[in-house]
Amino acid sequence: MTTEAILLGLAGVLAAAAPVIFATIGETFSERSGVINLSVNGSILLSAMTGFAVAVKTDNILLGCLAGMLVGALVAAIVAFTSITLKQSQVAVGFVLALMCRDLAYFLGNPYMGLSGPRVPALSIPVLSQIPIIGPIFFRHDILTYLSFILIIIAWAWIFKTRPGLMLQGVGERPAAAFVRGARVERIRYFYTILGGALVGLAGPAYSLSIKAGWKGTISGLDGIGWIALALTIFGGWNPIRAAFGAYLFALLQWLGLVLQPSLPGIPSQVLQVAPFPLMILTLLLVNIGNTEWVERVLASLPDSTRKLVARVIRSLRATPPASLGVPFEQE
Amino acid sequence: MQKTNTRLVNFGFQIAAVILALGFTTIVLVMAGAPPLEAYKNILLGSFGTLKKFTDVLVAWVPLVLVTTGLLVTFTAGLWNIGIEGQITLGAIFTTGMMRLLQDTGLPPTIILILSILAGMVGGALWASLVGALKTYGGVNEIFGGLGMNFVATALTIYLIFGPWKRPGVGSMSGTEPFQESLWLPMFSGFRLSIWAILIAIIALVIIYFLLQGTYFGLRLKAVGKNMRSSFTLGIPTGRYMMSAFLICGALGGLAGAIQVSGVYHRLIPAISSGYGYLGLLLAMLINYRAIWVIPVALFFAALNIGSIQLPIVLKLDSSLSGVLQGALVLSVIIVDGFRQRWLKKS
Repeated sequence: MTTEAILLGLAGVLAAAAPVIFATIGETFSERSGVINLSVNGSILLSAMTGFAVAVKTDNILLGCLAGMLVGALVAAIVAFTSITLKQSQVAVGFVLALMCRDLAYFLGNPYMGLSGPRVPALSIPVLSQIPIIGPIFFRHDILTYLSFILIIIAWAWIFKTRPGLMLQGVGERPAAAFVRGARVERIRYFYTILGGALVGLAGPAYSLSIKAGWKGTISGLDGIGWIALALTIFGGWNPIRAAFGAYLFALLQWLGLVLQPSLPGIPSQVLQVAPFPLMILTLLLVNIGNTEWVERVLASLPDSTRKLVARVIRSLRATPPASLGVPFEQE
Repeated sequence: MQKTNTRLVNFGFQIAAVILALGFTTIVLVMAGAPPLEAYKNILLGSFGTLKKFTDVLVAWVPLVLVTTGLLVTFTAGLWNIGIEGQITLGAIFTTGMMRLLQDTGLPPTIILILSILAGMVGGALWASLVGALKTYGGVNEIFGGLGMNFVATALTIYLIFGPWKRPGVGSMSGTEPFQESLWLPMFSGFRLSIWAILIAIIALVIIYFLLQGTYFGLRLKAVGKNMRSSFTLGIPTGRYMMSAFLICGALGGLAGAIQVSGVYHRLIPAISSGYGYLGLLLAMLINYRAIWVIPVALFFAALNIGSIQLPIVLKLDSSLSGVLQGALVLSVIIVDGFRQRWLKKS
């Protein structure tokens, strides 16, 4: 493999991770406020289809992206309304929406199958794109990929460095305490769930207008990505930077799978395509196992020096969800 | 008097949910530029129009009943067994494997069939036990563990169909080589429907109904589902109960897969689970986990699935319309129930 091909491949990894980052950070916002939006998988498919259809009809990429975000926000608004106002099970509503939005995408997207449509143009950044190695990897993308870079930083700074971000954390961890301090818990939850949904909805057009341009129905290859994004939210420990790291790792492994395919002729391509899923289980196992009771028991029985080392490894991997994730807020 | 009043009100809310779902689906149809009434008529004719079509509905009804029955057990334990889809698939794989192993041994076909179906149940339970172990001992949420295992199960099927179990010559998406007719579940002549499949589904439902309603095990399982921490404090081995729920549900999912192989397709095909697992989850939610409603509502869902098959041919619409309607129904029921509870609180 030439250096050129490797640079191109790595740049491709950054671009392919962009939609996953939109979805994962969107979900991180939502879950930080205490609401699990399980509909992501269907939401991405429906917004990908809608974004593509609108872009084809209007020949306007921006409108396509906005339509996708609107779809994601609407789906999230249903999750927010049923769980915050009506106090129904978030998991149930999210799961139904995940399935229904997928079927809706296939049903309404039927006339747009296989059409050719507009595509987000590449935008090399002058000067910076000429830097050796760094230029080709980071500065020869389309605007959506640059947006994903910026979003990681903004989301992280917002959650951890601003007052509203602190409020958001409070609402997810101890809503009663945040309420006493003047936070309007339900309104904040609505806001971040819908905002998160809009970001999830941007992931759709980021596929259908850029990474995997077009709409191909059931063979679009988008089914399953939403579930990966949900798992990455956990893997990321509800921190945008760690979540983005997970998304890049995921995209890198997918690329490696493609590159390695020719040297593994005995394995059908469908088998390598599912490689992310066992990996997803493994990563979830790594970040969760520290929370189980038997691990603590085993740790206690180890000799001191080993225990400290193992405990440190486990602790560095461990991710604990916001304390009131999925719990409705009852105002006294 | 008061009681009949609440009943009437509840019934009113249920009707409202159905109207909401139909209204939504009609809007979707109009958006797609399709004549709604024509579409509904086609679904109806496509499912109950002829005897052949009605038996097709029953063919779909069997796995749906088995899967939903299994899910009642996991839902009782407070678990979301989304991995059911993979458990159906593994049931189908194990059944196919056992049949391939025994088909040339000269054993009586009945014995081979029974052993293969049992193998299917073992396969489903085994796959479910992985999700259960990940949940109980690894802290991995069963939704993600289950989903991951579903994708792995599909890949395994495709690997087997194109690899070790491929047809003589070259493997194809049409599946493995069909089994000889003596290894098919006995069927009504001219139809794909087997009376044994229907009986198995009904027996499974009855057994699970009594297990959940009339036994100590069922009672404790309910306690685990309602409040895991207090059950644990009261001395119920919660981990073991959750694992049992997964094993029972997996075995029933595996049974559904076994019947798909031995009674419907007579071979292993790539999409052997046909989405019945996810549909079963929707169904269980729709009937609010009450076993007596499984039979009629599964029939309705199966009819929607079979009826929508002819939509692409007649009206050039995608057959996923049935999924839209099924999802809309469950969503409406959840939303309307939320309003009902608010209304009850106020009055």
